[in-house]
Amino acid sequence: MKRGNSNLLTLKDSAFKYLGITCLVIALSVLALLIWDIFSRGLLRLNWSFLSNLPSRHAEKAGIRTALAGMISLLLFTIMVAVPIGIMAGIYLEEYGRKNWFAKFVEINISNLAGVPSVIYGILGLQVFVRTAELGNSLIAGAFTLALLILPIIIVATREAIRAVPSSLRDASYGMGATKWQTTRRVVLPSAMGGILTGIILAISRAIGETAPLLVIGALAYVPFIPEGPKDQFTTLPIQVFNWTTRPQATFIVNAAAGIIILLTVTLILNSIAIYIRGRWYKKISY
Amino acid sequence: MRAKEKMIELVMLLCSLLTVVTTAAIIFVLVKDSIGFFREVSIGEFLTDTQWTPLFSEKHFGILPLLCGTLLTTFIAILVAVPLGLIIAIYLNEYASRKISGTLKPVLETLAAVPTVIYGFFALQFVTPLLQEVIHGLAGFNALSPGLVMGIMIIPYISSLSEDALRAVPQSLREASYGMGATRLQTALKVLVPAASSGIIVSVILAISRALGETMIVAIAAGQEPKLTADPRESVETITTYIVQVSLGDVPQDSLEYNTIFAAGMTLFVFTFLLNNISFWLRKKYQNRYE
Amino acid sequence: MYKLETREANLFYGAKQALKGISMGIDANAITAFIGPSGCGKSTLLRCFNRMNDLIDNTSITGSFLLDTEDIYRDVDVYQLRKRIGMVFQKPNPFPKSIFENVAYGLRINGEKNKTLIADKVESSLKSAALWTELEGNLKRSALSLSGGQQQRLCIARALATEPTVLLMDEPASALDPIATAKIEELILELKNKVTVVIVTHNMQQAARISDKTAFFYLGELIEYDETKKIFTNPDKEQTQNYITGRFG
Repeated sequence: MKRGNSNLLTLKDSAFKYLGITCLVIALSVLALLIWDIFSRGLLRLNWSFLSNLPSRHAEKAGIRTALAGMISLLLFTIMVAVPIGIMAGIYLEEYGRKNWFAKFVEINISNLAGVPSVIYGILGLQVFVRTAELGNSLIAGAFTLALLILPIIIVATREAIRAVPSSLRDASYGMGATKWQTTRRVVLPSAMGGILTGIILAISRAIGETAPLLVIGALAYVPFIPEGPKDQFTTLPIQVFNWTTRPQATFIVNAAAGIIILLTVTLILNSIAIYIRGRWYKKISY
Repeated sequence: MRAKEKMIELVMLLCSLLTVVTTAAIIFVLVKDSIGFFREVSIGEFLTDTQWTPLFSEKHFGILPLLCGTLLTTFIAILVAVPLGLIIAIYLNEYASRKISGTLKPVLETLAAVPTVIYGFFALQFVTPLLQEVIHGLAGFNALSPGLVMGIMIIPYISSLSEDALRAVPQSLREASYGMGATRLQTALKVLVPAASSGIIVSVILAISRALGETMIVAIAAGQEPKLTADPRESVETITTYIVQVSLGDVPQDSLEYNTIFAAGMTLFVFTFLLNNISFWLRKKYQNRYE
Repeated sequence: MYKLETREANLFYGAKQALKGISMGIDANAITAFIGPSGCGKSTLLRCFNRMNDLIDNTSITGSFLLDTEDIYRDVDVYQLRKRIGMVFQKPNPFPKSIFENVAYGLRINGEKNKTLIADKVESSLKSAALWTELEGNLKRSALSLSGGQQQRLCIARALATEPTVLLMDEPASALDPIATAKIEELILELKNKVTVVIVTHNMQQAARISDKTAFFYLGELIEYDETKKIFTNPDKEQTQNYITGRFG
């Protein structure tokens, strides 16, 4: 390398550092701008009546009560379906599956499913749950659809969590005559819980924000009642926000912003909890 | 006791098979209902007609406008996400301290976790008006706004995965480069990026796939006019928006017009399916290199 | 009658042969040491006795292994086998649970529900492992809060809780400091009365100190097996002589 160039090289090197920081700043500023914009539009609209009112054609009177109720109910059903299945599948693939073509095949499948656009899940849910199974555009159809969507997230998180458990612990358990299931239940799963929990929370966060598949299965935007059972129709907060966003009147835009504040806050809190748990768990597991 | 163990294992196996069943069901549903569509509309027409107007009185069933809308918005998104994502990845990997990159990585990943309706709102209500001040002729619904916002959203797909790929490059390569007096930039560009290239390519493919499948941002901000255009200032409609549009409308089920969503969905699925498989295969290939 | 015995045992990891025609008998209530350089098969042989090698893919075994004259690969249920034979590993591997739960683990997986019985057995196991007084009754602490040496004694207590008749130890003190090592060796000598001990060790002085008989392995073969005193002062085979005088390995 020529001596004369070294200054130029050092210059380029430092320049890149600032370029990198600039890019980071750009990315994060957009997020910051978004948060600022939303809050400045909608914060004042947030009050008790907003949270507790039913939807209405009058923007000032409209509230997100049914959207919240629908969202929570939907989430509960989705979790009840997706979590047990996802964890069981994850355990099987990581602890029980042999490294043969079948395991590989399932792995490809899961990787594919993780990349399928959410509208396609909506189409699947529409044809299978809403029409063929005749569940209609109900909570349970929505729950099944979302459950399929978040299943890969839970499975992958479970597998990685189980993989991180040191094999010396398994050896100790087998050495004492424990069976595979005993070892899994008593030693592996408790140690993997942190990672699994992180995955579940991230899956919940994803499910909360999903709009497109629910629209395709026919979830309505205007639902003036609180769903009482799994066969009832429903709406969710993202759908309500979408509905308001597409209205031209400024008052509905304000409503949308207020709804977004709630949605965003819930999502960010969930994600922070997940990150926190993951951090604590990694410390625990690497001893 | 052995019987109980076998039972549990069987239940677990069935749970994992559910994923296979799901994929099969998706393919089955799309193919079956597309066949219904293609009985009435020829594949040739579907692929070559330059208009998509199934809901109008004069019906055209060419997928090109929708495909164009999808590709245009995706292209803009990738144009934003790849440079930013890569530069950030290199910066976090070679320049920033462990602590900083450890803190910033999860923060960046938040970008991908924000519900997309929120981004859609932002694109429509903030970005479009802002851009309209500087760009002459920018329509209220356009491809640029959602494209840019999507780009920001998928930055973590590129930055996180590329950073992982860069981190997986053996320390010995770095030491060889620094040992010869190379700067961080030179090491990164001449040694690390080439070594991590398959991982980086995988991240780009996954980001493209994600952008192709995005619905809400474009549904809110790009418009509902299928148009065969390369001008990002115009309003366009993507495949995903169209599917939602029909679902929200009152087209009778099982009609030809309704079945268009399956043909459109099938097209989208083929793209993302191909991309996902390519990336999976690539990932497996480069994973083995350093083992 | 031997406590443990192997006849013409061969083990293959895929195509690679790790054990070649091993035939030997382990005496009951004695301490038997396996010595030899790295890769000689001593750990592999040890793990055959409680069928831990079953957990590794692609292993195949010929010949027979006997516990109390029963063939452990054909006539004994593997889970029952591992309850009759305890194992202690090189690096202490307590479960990330409390001290009490670690020792109680073996009892719980056997379906034992009687709380008093469990508590009694935990106490007696900890006493056998010379840990009881040190813990000062605080058994709810995490096992990971103990020192390395204490953790290893905990692992021994854990293995003893199911009252096995054989204890297999794979270099149990190699990860410990000299004081902890001395305590472990003292413990092993005390255990001789209750269990048969087979210990794999890299440390020849250790083998000479505590074992009754010693087996020297090299490249998968049993080279010499005799009273410890004889092996270390007057071995028959030249290879043994070279190993114990440090000419190789």
